[in-house]
Amino acid sequence: MSWALLQLIARRLATAAVLLVVVAAGTFALIHAAPGGPFSADRAVSAEVETALAAQYRLDQPPLLQFASYLGNALRGEFGPSFKYPGREVSELIAAGLPATLELALYALLLALVVGISVGALAASRPGTLRDRLPMGAALVGICLPAFVLGPLLVLVFGVYNEWLPVSGWGELAGDKLLPTVTLAAGYAAYIARLTRAGLREQLRQPYIVTARAKGLGGAAVILKHALRGALLPVVAYLGPACAGLIAGSFVVETIFQIPGIGRFYIQAAFNRDYTLILGLTLFFATLITLFNLLADLLALWLDPRQREAL
Amino acid sequence: MACKMLSIRKLNSSGALCCALLAALLVAGCSGGERRVDSGTAAGVLHWGNASEPASLDPQIANGVPEQKILSALWEGLVGKHPVTLEPIPAGASHWQISDDRRTYRFHLRSDARWSNGEPVTAEDYRWAWWRALQPELGNSFATMLFPIVNAQAYWRGEIDDFSQVGVRVVDPLTLEVELSHPTGYFLQLLDMPTLYPLHRASIERHGAATARASRWSYPGNLVSNGPFQLAEWQINRRIVVAKNPHYWDAAAVALNQIIFYPTENTTTEERMFRAGQLHYSYDVPVNKMAYYASQRPAELVVAPYLGSYFYRFNTRRPELADPRVRRALARAIDRRQLTEQVLRAGQLPAYAMTPPNTAGYYPPASAEAQLSFDPAAARALLAEAGYPDGAGLGPIEILYNTQDEHRKVAVAIQQMWKQHLNVDATLQNQEWKVYLDTERRGDYQITRASWIGDYVDARNFLEIWLCDSDNNRTGWCDPQFDQLLLEQLPAATSQAERHRLLQSAEQRLLDGLPLLPIYTYTSKHLVHPDLNGYTANLLNQPLFKQLSLVRQPPALTP
Repeated sequence: MSWALLQLIARRLATAAVLLVVVAAGTFALIHAAPGGPFSADRAVSAEVETALAAQYRLDQPPLLQFASYLGNALRGEFGPSFKYPGREVSELIAAGLPATLELALYALLLALVVGISVGALAASRPGTLRDRLPMGAALVGICLPAFVLGPLLVLVFGVYNEWLPVSGWGELAGDKLLPTVTLAAGYAAYIARLTRAGLREQLRQPYIVTARAKGLGGAAVILKHALRGALLPVVAYLGPACAGLIAGSFVVETIFQIPGIGRFYIQAAFNRDYTLILGLTLFFATLITLFNLLADLLALWLDPRQREAL
Repeated sequence: MACKMLSIRKLNSSGALCCALLAALLVAGCSGGERRVDSGTAAGVLHWGNASEPASLDPQIANGVPEQKILSALWEGLVGKHPVTLEPIPAGASHWQISDDRRTYRFHLRSDARWSNGEPVTAEDYRWAWWRALQPELGNSFATMLFPIVNAQAYWRGEIDDFSQVGVRVVDPLTLEVELSHPTGYFLQLLDMPTLYPLHRASIERHGAATARASRWSYPGNLVSNGPFQLAEWQINRRIVVAKNPHYWDAAAVALNQIIFYPTENTTTEERMFRAGQLHYSYDVPVNKMAYYASQRPAELVVAPYLGSYFYRFNTRRPELADPRVRRALARAIDRRQLTEQVLRAGQLPAYAMTPPNTAGYYPPASAEAQLSFDPAAARALLAEAGYPDGAGLGPIEILYNTQDEHRKVAVAIQQMWKQHLNVDATLQNQEWKVYLDTERRGDYQITRASWIGDYVDARNFLEIWLCDSDNNRTGWCDPQFDQLLLEQLPAATSQAERHRLLQSAEQRLLDGLPLLPIYTYTSKHLVHPDLNGYTANLLNQPLFKQLSLVRQPPALTP
């Protein structure tokens, strides 16, 4: 690994650290500014209880002090106890929800890549024909159709009208991972298909492809052996945000399908004003997004010699 | 079998890969056709939709209705409730005596009552649990349920620190004596509430201080309970499994082997789960699905009266709403029957008072309906009398509600009625739940949506929120005579008839002052699988799990 590359990584990590502190401060300020607290309820809580709880969770201290002690603990890897679920640590809740979220994101990413790249490649190989227009039209619909529409639609068709697949759950009933995966992957697959097609169309016009063709290489071989590597650069660049989006954005799918992932915790935490859980999850997501963007950049460097030289 | 129906004939062009992938996934995914409810019925496992992930399974910390359902399977109080009539039935105590002055209760515990670890349940377990319930640092919002007991409130407030002065006495290991500060007709009902359940002291203290909120004593493997079921598994946001407790004194009568509670916070998803055979019981029914079940699958829809009132609060501190005539005009300009029959459509009853009718034999004053019934002419006259002829000068008035479709529908209908009958403009404002709570508590509103669900079946539970210094009042309305009736005269009542008469007088004062706009009395609505036996809806919407059983029913003929 070159010196320049190490420097780049170090610089990016330093920026990320600053960014995380800013995210923490911003989130802390926002959640404390939001009306209503973790213990407010329709049925008034007696003053004795309110005082006791505020003292226990240090809500009676000045906000700056609260934030400072939160940061100090977070640096030591302690994200505090959840307000809503007494006895549970934030890190414990994240650990409990993470496997399902990661698994869902991984399956969806694989499905999106396989479907997106193959559909994109097929479309690019015969531009302008029905084989191009049909899947690209479908991809446009795929991008436009949000998960909260597609999910229930799939559930109705495959789970309710025809009882082929379970309508909810994750790893409880056979086949229950299928519909959520498809729902989450659809938009990404569509986007990747369009990226692949555009990248491939551009590569196929390059002189080296003409050379390859002139040497007698067939259409499929040209695409698979030569053009695809260059054409996938935009797809790789998109992988970082896509991974982050798949993990952080899976809450809609998790809610529709009752999947016990961290996305659902995030929503519940916001509604419950579970301060520590909101903060912990926000920091967690922010870390993930930064990390994936860095990884995607490194992958692009590996794929693209021009970028490596520019370092 | 269903899988085979997806045969792919045209494996060409760009769709081929997609199809192949989908097919592969489908084949891998086919469940073989068995529904979870069917295997559940065969194995005695009840699949129960339970609304949300419980915050805690500590009976003195958990305060939500979903938590209460799980706790009632795990624990048993001194006295239970009949699943239909809600009359007191023997539970942890086999029998009890009440003194002539109706202030002293002597409970005789079952000698065969056991904790889930096999140890006997003793009177001390109740006394200690009630001591713990009265420690403010625990954050128990239902500690007030113990306040009828002598000195309980003073102890809670820290005015006395000797718990032996509180009216709970262990006579012998199987006898508990409770002394009340004044006769309280509903005291036996309270014994069935989680806050009054007995606790197993040793297992709690093994995991930390007795009053530590963050203790893990109520987690699987640690939790010791005395009810028909014991905690077997708790997967966060996924499921809670309770299994039959072999040590339970009445274990022979418990039919179910397991109950699995699912946190189904999304009612639309829950309804689909029910329809696809993943649940025996749904916590709720989406409003837009009511018509379908009522007409197509009526046997599975259970709708029953529910002890809860839906109403609007008037902020009487606002000058435009300070005049009771304005409030009465607004109340008389809404057609509740139209609301319940055409907007809500789930059997709700139009309400003309705070307390639901027939609350343990109590009925609101007979004149209530005549006073508040729909009468546009009278409403207009009242408004004119108050200085707003034809609505001129009044409004726009804002209705605040927490974001939910049903509340919006009601508010829109009321908005139209006021416009049509009074020529008063209303604007609608919705806020997220906790924001709405905060706005309401600060008194920064004109009219808010509100509801009150009874903790126990007694009219006082509905009226006490209107006391001058009640934190649940929030309207600025204060009537010393109302307070005096509830706080001084009611405790001294010597008969049920006298008590009801006093409650009616208090409710009449409330309806004269009218800080609220009664709208309807709730119904509970659930989807219940035909296999589920022994389920009966009741006013508190509280099932008795030990009586439920699962018996395979032949599939119903669908038209």
